[in-house]
Amino acid sequence: MPKSLFQKVWDAHTVRTLANGQTQLLIGTHLIHEVTSPQAFGMLRDLGLKVAYPHRTFATVDHIIPTNELVEPYADSLAQAMMDEIRKNCAEFGITFFDRASGKQGVVHIVGPEQGLTQPGTTIACGDSHTSTHGAFGAIAFGIGTSQVRDVLATQTMALGVLKVRRIEVNGKLRPGVYAKDVILHIIRLTGVNGGTGFAYEYAGSTFDAFTMEERMTVCNMSIEGGARVGYVNPDETTFAYLKGRPYSPKGAEWDAAVTRWKSYASDPGATYADVMKIDAADIAPSVTWGINPGQGISITENVPSPENATSADEKAGIIEALEYMKLPAGKPIKGTKINVAFLGSCTNGRLSDFREVAKYVKGRKVAAGVKAIAVPGSQIVALQCEKEGIDKVLSEAGFEWRAAGCSMCLAMNPDKLIGDQLCASSSNRNFKGRQGSITGRTILMSPVMVAAAAVTGAIADAREVFSVN
Amino acid sequence: MALAKITSLTGRAVYVPGNDIDTDRIIPARFMKCVTFDGLGEFVFFDVRHDPQGNKIEHPIDKPAHKGATILLSGANFGCGSSREHAPQAISKAGFKAIIAENFAEIFFGNSTTLGMPCVTAAREDIAKIAAAVEADPQTEITIDLVKLEARFAGQTVKIAQRESARDALVNGRWDAIGELIDGKADVLKTAATLPYLAA
Repeated sequence: MPKSLFQKVWDAHTVRTLANGQTQLLIGTHLIHEVTSPQAFGMLRDLGLKVAYPHRTFATVDHIIPTNELVEPYADSLAQAMMDEIRKNCAEFGITFFDRASGKQGVVHIVGPEQGLTQPGTTIACGDSHTSTHGAFGAIAFGIGTSQVRDVLATQTMALGVLKVRRIEVNGKLRPGVYAKDVILHIIRLTGVNGGTGFAYEYAGSTFDAFTMEERMTVCNMSIEGGARVGYVNPDETTFAYLKGRPYSPKGAEWDAAVTRWKSYASDPGATYADVMKIDAADIAPSVTWGINPGQGISITENVPSPENATSADEKAGIIEALEYMKLPAGKPIKGTKINVAFLGSCTNGRLSDFREVAKYVKGRKVAAGVKAIAVPGSQIVALQCEKEGIDKVLSEAGFEWRAAGCSMCLAMNPDKLIGDQLCASSSNRNFKGRQGSITGRTILMSPVMVAAAAVTGAIADAREVFSVN
Repeated sequence: MALAKITSLTGRAVYVPGNDIDTDRIIPARFMKCVTFDGLGEFVFFDVRHDPQGNKIEHPIDKPAHKGATILLSGANFGCGSSREHAPQAISKAGFKAIIAENFAEIFFGNSTTLGMPCVTAAREDIAKIAAAVEADPQTEITIDLVKLEARFAGQTVKIAQRESARDALVNGRWDAIGELIDGKADVLKTAATLPYLAA
């Protein structure tokens, strides 16, 4: 019987069925960071347990790390305490830690792929909901809570119920100025923020076939914003080419054997799905959010919704609450809305291709007066490559602050925060109330090139017009 | 590690209305700068319980009549967003023992179950009935019965639901899987041996 990749990987990693009917699932690769792991190590100590497979857990530091301060101790003593804690835990339990001194530190979902740790046909867990990013490689990757981090540390397994699989096919060529970020914002707009609950998403179709790995990662990254805990793309030659030669990728004869094995995990023709959704790539436009969750999105040419046009009482209440918080007028174009801050970075859009694309368009331009613009590479390796290519200079000359690697203003657990009700054009993944560090701060999600267009014009803009893309 | 069998619980409730209440709302990220979960309770829903200057503003949780409430009532897609266990930990440490909502986000639901804090769903109109009873008399006791899958309050009974794997785990005292996972060690080794990338 033909199977989907999800079923094959699930079956291959099934240890046994637990008494409550859940599966004890083997987790091949465990990634940890400083925010959701210290309590798990504390629980291990309380229970007198060891880390079962220390060579299969890898750590880095991203959420709290200041991106404008390189020397420890950090000004924020709580951030320093978390840094010290993960360093101590990794040393005590024999876990590889990609610390700043290693030159490999970065946002955990950028580091895993970069190091070749994220491989097809594997299971991955990390105490972070954007772990679905790793699915871009044909891995089944779960965001987990801290008690499950403890479970994986102690046993390399966790208890999980099987997910249904929804295949989301996007076919055709994206129009100029439309990016992977627009694809996922479009999908979430269609499904709503909880339409994916209980599902793993299989992203497929000619648009995904043509995508680079970095584009696939951007889409998989935001699966959870539509409620889906897992999102993946079947592995293909693009996947293998990306992985070849990475530090943790198989080498020599092992490489060939691995590629053969990886190919065998791809979904079989004729595999059945609980649901199939089809989208025409030509229907996707540069997208922006107008509300307080990632499902509240429109194309840049549309008007902000009006409560009176809502099709349900829930939708109406949602629009009223969102517009009140966002201070946006109902029924008016979003284009032209003044911004205060532009943020480039995050596990969604903090990769080399994101900065290359932005640099191409902002070269020779200036960030508008009064706009604070920051560019935060997703990892030290991304930063170094940008610096080699002169991208940092292009962005600095345009008026962006070029920072060190970290999560930065995506969630503001570090010095990068909005102030008051500042409006931020952001390449990150969440526009929840208060998400960027001020309880009245406002976030509009969009692609990096749309952030660049907003930065140089000082307002939400159509990047195709600003940069003459056609 | 014997765990309590959570077959039913009774307590007073507080209604926090709204859909898509995300984990940043439940516990803002700045309160996660900590290496233990201790003390998170006081920060639950902090940014909707305080104005931007940090002064208390009116919120159902802070109403004296709801002091000591152990059941949280809310809307659809409760707990969406981040995987932070800090969210259910904050709710739990604030004194809540169970949540009734229309439905829950996936990761939040699992995290809560593992803490032995049942998340049960009920129809919107039934949640409204409980909320109305609580509004009429904050001392109303609500019983969440995980065996009969019903909630009883003020002489009324409404249906509740819960994913069977979670319900089974709660009523049989195996909601924290760690013991069972450790017991599976021999099978773990067997499965790992079939996966080349897991070889040491």
